Amino acid sequence: MPKVTFIAFTGGAHSVEVPVGTTLMRAATDNRVPGIDGDCGGNCACATCHVYVDPDWFERVGTPSATEEDMLNIVSEPRDNSRLACQITLTDALNGLVVGLPEAQH
Amino acid sequence: MTTIASVESAAIGAAARARAAALPLEELNPADPQGFVDDTVGYVFERLRREDPVHRSHSPIPGIDTYWSVTRYRDIMQVDTSHGVYSSQDGITLMDFPPGDEQKLQMFIAMDPPKHDEQRKAVGPIVAPSNLNNWHGLIRERTVKVLDGLPRDETFNWVDKVSIELTTCMLATLFDFPLQDRRLLTHWSDMATSNKLTNPDAPEPEVRMAELRKMLEYFTRLWNERINAPPRTDLISMLAHGPATRNMGPAEYMGNLALLIVGGNDTTRNSMTGGLLALHENPQEMSKLRANPALVESLVPEIIRWQTPLAYMRRSALVDTELGGKQIRKGDKLAMWYLSGNRDESAIPEPNRFIVDRERPRQHLSFGFGIHRCVGNRLAELQLKILWEEILRRFKVIEVVGKPTRIRSSFVRGFSDLPVRIPS
Repeated sequence: MPKVTFIAFTGGAHSVEVPVGTTLMRAATDNRVPGIDGDCGGNCACATCHVYVDPDWFERVGTPSATEEDMLNIVSEPRDNSRLACQITLTDALNGLVVGLPEAQH
Repeated sequence: MTTIASVESAAIGAAARARAAALPLEELNPADPQGFVDDTVGYVFERLRREDPVHRSHSPIPGIDTYWSVTRYRDIMQVDTSHGVYSSQDGITLMDFPPGDEQKLQMFIAMDPPKHDEQRKAVGPIVAPSNLNNWHGLIRERTVKVLDGLPRDETFNWVDKVSIELTTCMLATLFDFPLQDRRLLTHWSDMATSNKLTNPDAPEPEVRMAELRKMLEYFTRLWNERINAPPRTDLISMLAHGPATRNMGPAEYMGNLALLIVGGNDTTRNSMTGGLLALHENPQEMSKLRANPALVESLVPEIIRWQTPLAYMRRSALVDTELGGKQIRKGDKLAMWYLSGNRDESAIPEPNRFIVDRERPRQHLSFGFGIHRCVGNRLAELQLKILWEEILRRFKVIEVVGKPTRIRSSFVRGFSDLPVRIPS
């Protein structure tokens, strides 16, 4: 089971282990990791599961689709390593993934 | 509890359901404002979701005419997230004729990318969560002041004394608009959305235009003050100094102001009233809330789902396409009926129940989805959260002592009157 770590905006870390095939958004919401809202339930439609992928992992996570790029356009405080957690599916290759959380989801 | 009023409204409901079931399918017209005045449009949606979820609807109102009614949650989600297929450029309401002779108001909600994205980015930061922390104390202070000033042991209109007052104060705060003139914002909001074609009681077009010109003059004065001063955190200053917005023409400036005034006024205002009504009609939910005030967190999104203060958003097809098995032609207009999607049992469990501790309460459609998702969503939630925290803290009971009066509009789903009484 891949392990992922969410770094809160204020600094604390939450690590969870989830089955292969789980999205990063579900990994957070199913384990009550604070800071990920996921209002649309994983449809790439609300941009409330915004994360900053750790630079060491960014390439391995893959590139966002055109739809995701459009939604990343409406998040607050976007950065070059911004992604939507519902669009990242966890695999063994992503075991150890680290992502940062924004100050809040908007 | 069975009262005369509830027996009476059950009878109206049964008659409306029978009427919606008896009409030929093609005659169903959910945009008929009467269904909103008597709150019976839900029966029309119930039938459409079941029998014809993407429905060719016709309205006798000129300028609305023929449109597609999209009534299921998943189809609405598909339209809302496909901005390359379904455009916002022709406007967000079904009415094609502008209510006056003005140039069409230009607002970013009615734009497609890339212009939409640029302008939204200029406005977004003011209502972003990081900035909301700045408003938090002020919203609470003003909410407390309004609630503490309410009359006791006498009947008053909750809409006017609480809902309008609080949302208008909030707008004045966002704009750094003179607080003593704040009711002008309410007045202009009502003027901006009024249209004689859909509401015979609306003011004459020339009266409406004269009022909107006054609004333009007032806001032009504020713009000039702000542009000649150092940048500040209020919205007008942000627009006047923002690289994407400082060269806006008057139509665009007015359009975006109207968007923010209506968006911040007609929506949360009606959720403030609708929430009180819903809790009054569901006393067991009120008891749950009183026993555990922490439920305000899930109460707020449940109120927003339940009320759905904007019943729909319109889109126009940019290409021939298919939706739910229907052929949509380029240029066709569609109404994404959020009010219907929010009652769709295939997406939301027990959608016709108001449940203050609902699981996953935020998966409602009221803010829309996709790139046009409500920019003020977190601000709206914050205002409602503070309102309910402060209500629970100081009032043991707020009695709803009469029937609500609902607005004659199929777009803004709201109230003009809700008589209440607070015992001392």
